[in-house]
Amino acid sequence: MIPGAFEYVRAGSVEEALTALAEHGDDAKVLAGGHSLLPLMKLRLAMPAVLVDISRVPGLSYVRVDGDEVAIGAGTRHFELERSEVARAEVPLLPHVASRVGDPQVRHRGTLGGTVAHSDPASDLPTALLALGGDVVVQGPSGRRSVPVTEFWLGFFETALEPDELVVELRTPRTGSTGWGYEKFTRRENDWPIVAAAAVDGRVALANMGGTVVRATATEAALVRGASIADAAALADEGTSPSSDMHADQEYRRHLARLLTRRALETAAGAS
Amino acid sequence: MQVSMTVNGQERTDDVEPRLLLAHYLREVCELRATNIGCDTTSCGACTVIVDGLSVKSCTVLAVSAEGASVTTLEGLSGPDGELHPVPAAFRSEHGLQCGFCTPGMVMAAIGVLADNPDPSDREVREGLEGNLCRCTGYHNIVRAVQTAAQAGPAAGQVPSSRGVTA
Repeated sequence: MIPGAFEYVRAGSVEEALTALAEHGDDAKVLAGGHSLLPLMKLRLAMPAVLVDISRVPGLSYVRVDGDEVAIGAGTRHFELERSEVARAEVPLLPHVASRVGDPQVRHRGTLGGTVAHSDPASDLPTALLALGGDVVVQGPSGRRSVPVTEFWLGFFETALEPDELVVELRTPRTGSTGWGYEKFTRRENDWPIVAAAAVDGRVALANMGGTVVRATATEAALVRGASIADAAALADEGTSPSSDMHADQEYRRHLARLLTRRALETAAGAS
Repeated sequence: MQVSMTVNGQERTDDVEPRLLLAHYLREVCELRATNIGCDTTSCGACTVIVDGLSVKSCTVLAVSAEGASVTTLEGLSGPDGELHPVPAAFRSEHGLQCGFCTPGMVMAAIGVLADNPDPSDREVREGLEGNLCRCTGYHNIVRAVQTAAQAGPAAGQVPSSRGVTA
Protein backbone atom coordinates (compact mmCIF):
# COMPACT_ATOMS: atom_id res chain seq x y z
CA MET A 1 0.00 0.00 0.00
CA ILE A 2 1.29 3.40 -0.94
CA PRO A 3 0.05 6.66 0.57
CA GLY A 4 -1.56 9.27 -1.63
CA ALA A 5 0.70 12.04 -2.91
CA PHE A 6 1.50 14.92 -0.58
CA GLU A 7 3.83 17.84 -0.28
CA TYR A 8 6.61 17.17 2.25
CA VAL A 9 8.08 19.81 4.56
CA ARG A 10 11.01 18.85 6.78
CA ALA A 11 10.94 21.23 9.73
CA GLY A 12 14.27 22.10 11.31
CA SER A 13 12.73 23.80 14.33
CA VAL A 14 9.43 24.21 16.14
CA GLU A 15 9.13 27.66 14.54
CA GLU A 16 9.54 26.22 11.03
CA ALA A 17 6.89 23.62 11.80
CA LEU A 18 4.50 26.29 13.09
CA THR A 19 5.10 28.43 10.00
CA ALA A 20 4.23 25.49 7.75
CA LEU A 21 1.13 24.70 9.82
CA ALA A 22 0.03 28.35 9.72
CA GLU A 23 0.42 28.35 5.95
CA HIS A 24 -1.40 25.11 5.23
CA GLY A 25 -3.88 24.90 8.12
CA ASP A 26 -6.27 21.98 7.95
CA ASP A 27 -4.56 20.57 4.85
CA ALA A 28 -1.43 19.76 6.84
CA LYS A 29 -0.65 16.95 9.25
CA VAL A 30 2.37 16.67 11.50
CA LEU A 31 4.59 13.62 11.00
CA ALA A 32 6.73 12.47 13.93
CA GLY A 33 7.36 8.72 14.30
CA GLY A 34 4.65 8.09 11.74
CA HIS A 35 3.46 4.84 13.29
CA SER A 36 -0.12 6.02 13.65
CA LEU A 37 -0.36 8.43 10.73
CA LEU A 38 1.39 6.47 7.95
CA PRO A 39 -0.79 3.34 8.39
CA LEU A 40 -3.87 5.57 8.02
CA MET A 41 -2.38 7.24 4.94
CA LYS A 42 -1.56 3.87 3.39
CA LEU A 43 -5.22 2.90 3.78
CA ARG A 44 -6.19 6.35 2.40
CA LEU A 45 -8.15 6.94 5.60
CA ALA A 46 -6.01 10.06 5.96
CA MET A 47 -4.97 12.05 2.88
CA PRO A 48 -3.21 15.19 4.06
CA ALA A 49 -2.05 17.51 1.28
CA VAL A 50 1.02 18.49 3.27
CA LEU A 51 3.13 16.53 5.76
CA VAL A 52 5.22 18.55 8.19
CA ASP A 53 7.98 16.22 9.40
CA ILE A 54 9.16 17.19 12.89
CA SER A 55 11.18 14.02 13.52
CA ARG A 56 14.45 15.93 13.01
CA VAL A 57 13.54 18.94 15.16
CA PRO A 58 16.21 19.08 17.88
CA GLY A 59 15.34 19.59 21.52
CA LEU A 60 11.97 17.80 21.58
CA SER A 61 13.23 14.63 23.27
CA TYR A 62 13.82 14.86 27.01
CA VAL A 63 12.49 13.70 30.37
CA ARG A 64 13.24 16.01 33.27
CA VAL A 65 11.98 17.01 36.68
CA ASP A 66 10.47 20.49 36.86
CA GLY A 67 9.19 21.34 40.34
CA ASP A 68 6.38 18.97 41.30
CA GLU A 69 6.08 17.72 37.74
CA VAL A 70 7.91 15.65 35.19
CA ALA A 71 8.24 17.38 31.82
CA ILE A 72 8.55 15.15 28.78
CA GLY A 73 9.38 16.41 25.31
CA ALA A 74 6.76 15.57 22.68
CA GLY A 75 9.43 14.02 20.46
CA THR A 76 10.48 11.50 23.12
CA ARG A 77 10.26 8.08 21.55
CA HIS A 78 8.59 5.25 23.46
CA PHE A 79 11.86 3.35 23.96
CA GLU A 80 13.50 6.49 25.35
CA LEU A 81 10.67 6.94 27.85
CA GLU A 82 10.84 3.23 28.70
CA ARG A 83 14.53 3.55 29.59
CA SER A 84 14.53 7.00 31.18
CA GLU A 85 15.96 6.82 34.71
CA VAL A 86 14.14 10.04 35.60
CA ALA A 87 10.80 8.61 34.44
CA ARG A 88 11.39 5.33 36.27
CA ALA A 89 12.10 7.12 39.53
CA GLU A 90 9.54 9.92 39.33
CA VAL A 91 6.59 8.55 37.38
CA PRO A 92 7.14 4.80 36.99
CA LEU A 93 3.71 4.12 35.47
CA LEU A 94 4.73 5.89 32.26
CA PRO A 95 7.90 3.96 31.37
CA HIS A 96 6.12 0.72 32.19
CA VAL A 97 3.24 1.57 29.88
CA ALA A 98 5.70 2.73 27.21
CA SER A 99 7.24 -0.75 27.35
CA ARG A 100 3.82 -2.25 26.58
CA VAL A 101 3.26 -0.26 23.38
CA GLY A 102 3.47 -2.32 20.20
CA ASP A 103 6.79 -4.07 19.76
CA PRO A 104 10.46 -2.96 19.91
CA GLN A 105 10.48 -1.66 16.33
CA VAL A 106 7.34 0.40 16.96
CA ARG A 107 8.79 1.76 20.21
CA HIS A 108 11.92 2.80 18.34
CA ARG A 109 9.85 5.16 16.16
CA GLY A 110 6.67 6.16 17.97
CA THR A 111 6.67 9.38 20.02
CA LEU A 112 4.75 10.46 23.09
CA GLY A 113 3.54 13.66 21.43
CA GLY A 114 2.42 11.68 18.41
CA THR A 115 0.28 9.23 20.35
CA VAL A 116 -1.21 12.10 22.37
CA ALA A 117 -2.06 14.17 19.27
CA HIS A 118 -3.44 11.14 17.42
CA SER A 119 -6.23 10.62 19.99
CA ASP A 120 -6.93 6.96 19.44
CA PRO A 121 -9.04 5.76 22.40
CA ALA A 122 -7.13 2.45 22.33
CA SER A 123 -3.74 4.07 22.98
CA ASP A 124 -1.71 2.92 25.96
CA LEU A 125 0.17 6.08 26.88
CA PRO A 126 -2.77 8.51 26.78
CA THR A 127 -4.56 6.13 29.15
CA ALA A 128 -1.65 6.36 31.58
CA LEU A 129 -1.44 10.15 31.22
CA LEU A 130 -5.17 10.51 31.89
CA ALA A 131 -4.83 8.49 35.10
CA LEU A 132 -1.80 10.52 36.16
CA GLY A 133 -3.31 13.91 35.35
CA GLY A 134 -1.27 16.84 34.13
CA ASP A 135 -1.18 18.95 31.00
CA VAL A 136 -0.53 18.81 27.30
CA VAL A 137 1.62 21.82 26.40
CA VAL A 138 0.88 23.06 22.88
CA GLN A 139 2.56 25.83 20.93
CA GLY A 140 0.94 27.99 18.27
CA PRO A 141 1.54 31.31 16.53
CA SER A 142 0.75 33.26 19.70
CA GLY A 143 2.86 31.17 22.04
CA ARG A 144 2.34 28.27 24.40
CA ARG A 145 -0.73 27.16 26.31
CA SER A 146 -1.41 24.23 28.62
CA VAL A 147 -4.45 22.01 28.16
CA PRO A 148 -5.34 19.67 31.04
CA VAL A 149 -5.31 16.04 29.91
CA THR A 150 -8.94 15.82 31.05
CA GLU A 151 -9.84 18.38 28.35
CA PHE A 152 -7.46 17.44 25.55
CA TRP A 153 -9.07 14.39 23.97
CA LEU A 154 -12.46 15.35 22.52
CA GLY A 155 -13.32 12.33 20.40
CA PHE A 156 -12.02 9.64 18.09
CA PHE A 157 -8.97 11.23 16.37
CA GLU A 158 -10.17 14.61 17.69
CA THR A 159 -8.33 16.85 20.18
CA ALA A 160 -8.34 20.39 21.54
CA LEU A 161 -5.37 21.10 19.26
CA GLU A 162 -5.94 23.89 16.71
CA PRO A 163 -4.73 23.23 13.13
CA ASP A 164 -1.86 25.71 13.61
CA GLU A 165 -0.70 24.24 16.92
CA LEU A 166 1.87 21.63 17.79
CA VAL A 167 2.13 19.43 20.89
CA VAL A 168 5.55 20.27 22.36
CA GLU A 169 5.54 18.84 25.89
CA LEU A 170 3.68 16.65 28.33
CA ARG A 171 3.66 17.53 32.03
CA THR A 172 2.57 15.08 34.66
CA PRO A 173 2.75 15.06 38.47
CA ARG A 174 5.65 13.25 40.09
CA THR A 175 4.20 10.17 41.77
CA GLY A 176 7.45 8.74 43.17
CA SER A 177 6.74 5.62 45.20
CA THR A 178 2.94 5.92 45.01
CA GLY A 179 1.47 2.61 43.94
CA TRP A 180 0.29 2.15 40.37
CA GLY A 181 -1.08 -0.56 38.12
CA TYR A 182 -1.58 -1.09 34.40
CA GLU A 183 -3.59 -3.95 32.98
CA LYS A 184 -3.91 -4.45 29.25
CA PHE A 185 -5.89 -7.16 27.50
CA THR A 186 -4.81 -8.15 24.00
CA ARG A 187 -5.12 -11.23 21.85
CA ARG A 188 -1.55 -10.85 20.57
CA GLU A 189 1.22 -9.35 22.65
CA ASN A 190 2.01 -6.45 20.31
CA ASP A 191 -1.59 -5.40 19.67
CA TRP A 192 -3.56 -2.38 20.75
CA PRO A 193 -5.48 -3.05 23.95
CA ILE A 194 -8.99 -4.45 23.54
CA VAL A 195 -9.44 -2.77 26.92
CA ALA A 196 -6.82 -1.43 29.31
CA ALA A 197 -6.95 0.11 32.77
CA ALA A 198 -4.41 2.38 34.44
CA ALA A 199 -4.63 3.10 38.16
CA VAL A 200 -2.59 5.49 40.28
CA ASP A 201 -3.34 7.48 43.42
CA GLY A 202 -7.07 6.72 43.44
CA ARG A 203 -7.57 7.61 39.79
CA VAL A 204 -8.45 5.10 37.06
CA ALA A 205 -8.37 5.59 33.29
CA LEU A 206 -9.62 3.17 30.66
CA ALA A 207 -8.60 2.55 27.05
CA ASN A 208 -11.07 1.61 24.33
CA MET A 209 -14.23 2.16 26.38
CA GLY A 210 -15.55 5.05 24.25
CA GLY A 211 -14.55 7.65 21.70
CA THR A 212 -11.63 8.78 23.84
CA VAL A 213 -9.64 7.39 26.71
CA VAL A 214 -11.90 7.91 29.75
CA ARG A 215 -11.71 8.12 33.52
CA ALA A 216 -13.67 5.53 35.53
CA THR A 217 -15.40 8.26 37.52
CA ALA A 218 -17.85 5.98 39.36
CA THR A 219 -14.98 3.82 40.56
CA GLU A 220 -13.00 6.85 41.69
CA ALA A 221 -16.00 8.25 43.59
CA ALA A 222 -16.59 4.91 45.28
CA LEU A 223 -12.96 4.78 46.41
CA VAL A 224 -13.32 8.26 47.91
CA ARG A 225 -16.35 7.00 49.84
CA GLY A 226 -14.22 4.20 51.23
CA ALA A 227 -15.55 1.35 49.12
CA SER A 228 -13.46 -1.81 48.76
CA ILE A 229 -11.44 -2.27 45.59
CA ALA A 230 -13.78 -5.05 44.48
CA ASP A 231 -16.90 -2.93 45.02
CA ALA A 232 -15.37 0.15 43.39
CA ALA A 233 -14.06 -1.79 40.39
CA ALA A 234 -17.53 -3.25 39.80
CA LEU A 235 -18.59 0.28 38.77
CA ALA A 236 -15.71 0.84 36.30
CA ASP A 237 -17.85 0.68 33.16
CA GLU A 238 -20.51 3.09 34.43
CA GLY A 239 -20.95 5.98 32.01
CA THR A 240 -18.74 4.44 29.34
CA SER A 241 -19.85 3.71 25.78
CA PRO A 242 -17.63 0.97 24.38
CA SER A 243 -18.08 -0.17 20.80
CA SER A 244 -18.47 -3.69 19.50
CA ASP A 245 -16.06 -5.01 16.91
CA MET A 246 -14.53 -8.28 15.77
CA HIS A 247 -12.39 -8.46 18.92
CA ALA A 248 -15.07 -7.95 21.54
CA ASP A 249 -18.68 -6.88 21.92
CA GLN A 250 -19.80 -4.15 24.29
CA GLU A 251 -20.70 -6.48 27.14
CA TYR A 252 -17.35 -8.21 26.97
CA ARG A 253 -15.56 -4.84 27.01
CA ARG A 254 -17.59 -3.80 30.06
CA HIS A 255 -16.61 -7.04 31.78
CA LEU A 256 -12.95 -6.43 30.92
CA ALA A 257 -13.12 -2.85 32.22
CA ARG A 258 -14.38 -4.04 35.60
CA LEU A 259 -11.91 -6.92 35.80
CA LEU A 260 -8.85 -4.96 34.65
CA THR A 261 -9.73 -2.04 36.92
CA ARG A 262 -9.84 -4.37 39.90
CA ARG A 263 -6.49 -5.90 39.01
CA ALA A 264 -4.89 -2.50 38.37
CA LEU A 265 -6.18 -1.14 41.69
CA GLU A 266 -4.99 -4.25 43.54
CA THR A 267 -1.55 -3.91 42.00
CA ALA A 268 -1.47 -0.24 42.91
CA ALA A 269 -2.53 -0.98 46.49
CA GLY A 270 0.07 -3.70 46.87
CA ALA A 271 2.91 -1.54 45.64
CA SER A 272 2.28 1.52 47.74
CA MET B 1 12.70 15.44 -3.82
CA GLN B 2 16.27 14.51 -3.09
CA VAL B 3 17.13 12.20 -0.23
CA SER B 4 20.61 11.28 0.93
CA MET B 5 21.44 8.44 3.26
CA THR B 6 24.04 5.76 3.87
CA VAL B 7 22.83 2.32 2.87
CA ASN B 8 25.03 -0.60 3.91
CA GLY B 9 27.99 1.73 4.26
CA GLN B 10 27.55 3.45 0.89
CA GLU B 11 26.45 7.06 0.72
CA ARG B 12 23.85 7.71 -1.93
CA THR B 13 21.50 10.43 -3.10
CA ASP B 14 18.31 9.72 -5.00
CA ASP B 15 15.40 11.70 -6.33
CA VAL B 16 12.25 10.17 -4.86
CA GLU B 17 8.60 10.96 -4.33
CA PRO B 18 7.93 11.99 -0.72
CA ARG B 19 5.39 9.20 -0.39
CA LEU B 20 7.94 6.49 -1.19
CA LEU B 21 8.25 4.13 1.77
CA LEU B 22 11.70 3.15 2.98
CA ALA B 23 10.93 -0.52 2.23
CA HIS B 24 10.14 0.30 -1.41
CA TYR B 25 13.16 2.61 -1.61
CA LEU B 26 15.47 -0.19 -0.47
CA ARG B 27 13.93 -2.82 -2.75
CA GLU B 28 13.26 -0.83 -5.90
CA VAL B 29 15.64 2.13 -5.90
CA CYS B 30 18.62 0.51 -4.14
CA GLU B 31 17.72 -2.92 -5.60
CA LEU B 32 18.32 -4.57 -2.24
CA ARG B 33 15.60 -7.19 -2.19
CA ALA B 34 16.42 -9.15 0.95
CA THR B 35 14.08 -6.83 2.85
CA ASN B 36 10.65 -8.37 2.38
CA ILE B 37 7.27 -6.71 2.59
CA GLY B 38 4.84 -9.04 4.31
CA CYS B 39 1.76 -7.56 5.96
CA ASP B 40 2.50 -3.95 4.98
CA THR B 41 0.71 -2.90 8.20
CA THR B 42 3.55 -2.69 10.77
CA SER B 43 2.59 -6.08 12.18
CA CYS B 44 4.76 -8.84 10.75
CA GLY B 45 8.27 -7.39 10.90
CA ALA B 46 9.46 -8.92 7.58
CA CYS B 47 10.62 -5.45 6.48
CA THR B 48 12.74 -4.79 9.60
CA VAL B 49 16.02 -2.98 8.93
CA ILE B 50 18.44 -1.13 11.20
CA VAL B 51 18.25 2.69 11.00
CA ASP B 52 20.87 4.57 13.01
CA GLY B 53 21.36 1.59 15.27
CA LEU B 54 17.68 0.84 15.90
CA SER B 55 15.48 -1.87 14.41
CA VAL B 56 12.54 -0.33 12.55
CA LYS B 57 9.80 -1.56 10.23
CA SER B 58 10.65 0.01 6.90
CA CYS B 59 7.09 -0.30 5.57
CA THR B 60 6.09 2.42 8.03
CA VAL B 61 8.88 4.94 7.48
CA LEU B 62 9.08 7.39 4.59
CA ALA B 63 12.35 7.24 2.68
CA VAL B 64 12.59 11.04 2.98
CA SER B 65 12.36 10.72 6.77
CA ALA B 66 15.59 8.71 6.67
CA GLU B 67 17.50 11.73 5.33
CA GLY B 68 21.05 11.60 6.70
CA ALA B 69 20.50 8.23 8.36
CA SER B 70 22.62 5.09 8.25
CA VAL B 71 20.52 2.15 7.07
CA THR B 72 21.60 -1.49 7.22
CA THR B 73 19.77 -4.31 5.47
CA LEU B 74 20.49 -8.03 5.53
CA GLU B 75 22.79 -7.56 2.52
CA GLY B 76 24.94 -5.21 4.58
CA LEU B 77 25.72 -7.70 7.32
CA SER B 78 28.39 -9.77 5.59
CA GLY B 79 31.98 -8.67 5.67
CA PRO B 80 33.88 -7.85 2.44
CA ASP B 81 35.24 -11.41 2.39
CA GLY B 82 31.71 -12.79 2.52
CA GLU B 83 32.00 -13.96 6.10
CA LEU B 84 28.58 -14.31 7.67
CA HIS B 85 27.54 -12.06 10.55
CA PRO B 86 27.04 -14.10 13.75
CA VAL B 87 23.24 -13.84 13.60
CA PRO B 88 22.62 -15.21 10.08
CA ALA B 89 25.39 -17.74 10.74
CA ALA B 90 23.47 -18.97 13.78
CA PHE B 91 20.17 -19.02 11.85
CA ARG B 92 21.91 -21.36 9.41
CA SER B 93 23.56 -23.60 12.00
CA GLU B 94 20.39 -23.88 14.12
CA HIS B 95 18.05 -24.13 11.13
CA GLY B 96 16.26 -20.97 12.25
CA LEU B 97 14.14 -20.77 9.12
CA GLN B 98 11.69 -22.82 7.15
CA CYS B 99 10.27 -20.97 4.13
CA GLY B 100 12.64 -18.07 4.82
CA PHE B 101 10.27 -15.19 4.12
CA CYS B 102 10.43 -13.77 7.65
CA THR B 103 14.15 -14.43 7.97
CA PRO B 104 15.68 -11.12 6.82
CA GLY B 105 13.46 -9.16 9.19
CA MET B 106 13.88 -11.74 11.93
CA VAL B 107 17.68 -11.49 11.65
CA MET B 108 17.66 -7.68 11.78
CA ALA B 109 15.26 -7.67 14.74
CA ALA B 110 17.43 -10.27 16.48
CA ILE B 111 20.45 -7.99 16.12
CA GLY B 112 18.39 -5.30 17.85
CA VAL B 113 17.52 -7.72 20.66
CA LEU B 114 21.18 -8.66 21.16
CA ALA B 115 22.26 -5.02 21.09
CA ASP B 116 20.03 -4.38 24.10
CA ASN B 117 20.69 -7.65 25.85
CA PRO B 118 23.86 -9.59 24.94
CA ASP B 119 22.75 -12.74 26.78
CA PRO B 120 18.96 -13.00 26.55
CA SER B 121 16.91 -15.77 28.13
CA ASP B 122 14.46 -17.77 26.04
CA ARG B 123 11.64 -15.51 27.24
CA GLU B 124 13.61 -12.34 26.56
CA VAL B 125 14.28 -13.45 22.99
CA ARG B 126 10.59 -14.20 22.47
CA GLU B 127 9.55 -10.84 23.89
CA GLY B 128 12.22 -9.06 21.90
CA LEU B 129 10.95 -10.65 18.69
CA GLU B 130 7.28 -9.98 19.45
CA GLY B 131 7.11 -7.70 16.41
CA ASN B 132 8.18 -10.44 13.99
CA LEU B 133 5.87 -13.19 12.79
CA CYS B 134 6.95 -16.53 11.33
CA ARG B 135 4.04 -18.01 9.41
CA CYS B 136 5.76 -21.39 9.45
CA THR B 137 5.68 -21.05 13.26
CA GLY B 138 9.33 -22.03 13.44
CA TYR B 139 9.96 -20.06 16.58
CA HIS B 140 11.83 -22.68 18.63
CA ASN B 141 14.77 -22.80 16.24
CA ILE B 142 14.71 -19.02 15.81
CA VAL B 143 15.03 -18.53 19.57
CA ARG B 144 17.82 -21.10 19.66
CA ALA B 145 19.59 -19.32 16.80
CA VAL B 146 19.48 -15.98 18.62
CA GLN B 147 20.90 -17.55 21.77
CA THR B 148 23.59 -19.30 19.75
CA ALA B 149 24.49 -16.00 18.08
CA ALA B 150 24.81 -14.40 21.51
CA GLN B 151 27.74 -16.70 22.22
CA ALA B 152 29.69 -14.84 19.51
CA GLY B 153 29.88 -11.83 21.83
CA PRO B 154 29.15 -8.16 21.19
CA ALA B 155 29.53 -8.49 17.39
CA ALA B 156 26.19 -10.30 17.30
CA GLY B 157 24.44 -7.11 18.40
CA GLN B 158 26.23 -4.82 15.98
CA VAL B 159 26.01 -4.03 12.31
CA PRO B 160 29.06 -3.31 10.15
CA SER B 161 29.72 0.20 8.89
CA SER B 162 28.19 1.83 11.93
CA ARG B 163 29.30 2.46 15.44
CA GLY B 164 27.24 -0.53 16.44
CA VAL B 165 23.76 -0.80 17.78
CA THR B 166 23.99 1.15 20.96
CA ALA B 167 20.51 2.31 21.77
